[in-house]
Amino acid sequence: MKTPLSSILLVLLASFIGSFGAVFLKAGAGRLHREWQSVLLNWRLGAGVGLYLGSFVFYYLGVRQGELSVLYPMVSLGYIWTLLWSRLFFGEPVSGRKVAGLALIIGGILILNLGNR
Amino acid sequence: MNDSPTTTERVSFRFSHRQSIGLVFLCTLFGVVAQFLIKTSANSLTVITLETLLTNWALWLGLAMYGISTGLLILALRDGELSLLYPVISLTYVWVTILSVLVFHESINVFKLTGITVICLGVALLGKGDSRS
Repeated sequence: MKTPLSSILLVLLASFIGSFGAVFLKAGAGRLHREWQSVLLNWRLGAGVGLYLGSFVFYYLGVRQGELSVLYPMVSLGYIWTLLWSRLFFGEPVSGRKVAGLALIIGGILILNLGNR
Repeated sequence: MNDSPTTTERVSFRFSHRQSIGLVFLCTLFGVVAQFLIKTSANSLTVITLETLLTNWALWLGLAMYGISTGLLILALRDGELSLLYPVISLTYVWVTILSVLVFHESINVFKLTGITVICLGVALLGKGDSRS
């Protein structure tokens, strides 16, 4: 195995944390007003950016060892979390197409992992 | 600033479909440059101390490219249809694979190629599932 499991887990953890960044950015963006100050006083936007930075720390630790061609595509697992949270927190509809897209992403990650030798 | 009719005039600049797709394409190029810098920096970092992190120019330049890439994506997502933009976004996976092989001399095999293709299809389908037509 050229890319250690620890690296893969770190990158997957990064994708998980990053998906919460999107949740907070979305929640914050919905509360913006016309005044520019509303951007700075918006703690949700701040939390979103913070979570993205936190996610980057784990991604960075993850890519220190192993192959980029294996690790980078694994970030796409973040789409799965994002879809889950948009359903849970924002009540967005989940269409059959989205579920098919998710299935393809998970399948793609599993196939990719087979190539990690 | 109050809600006078004159303020609404200058707010509404919109990108066309073609321009939005161009922005996302540019976003994928900045994205792969960011990945190159971040991986290079991560490889070179043997010990992590405050000093080695702060003096790591590739890391900071990579983060800046990452920021530009995200900014372009947000701009494009504001006006463009997700179903058109998501397939373009998945181009980043293609660029990163080419980068991994050519620059970092990583191995490529049929599993990796199939996996990345399937992920790209999945991302494209996700965008399609959100089309507002």
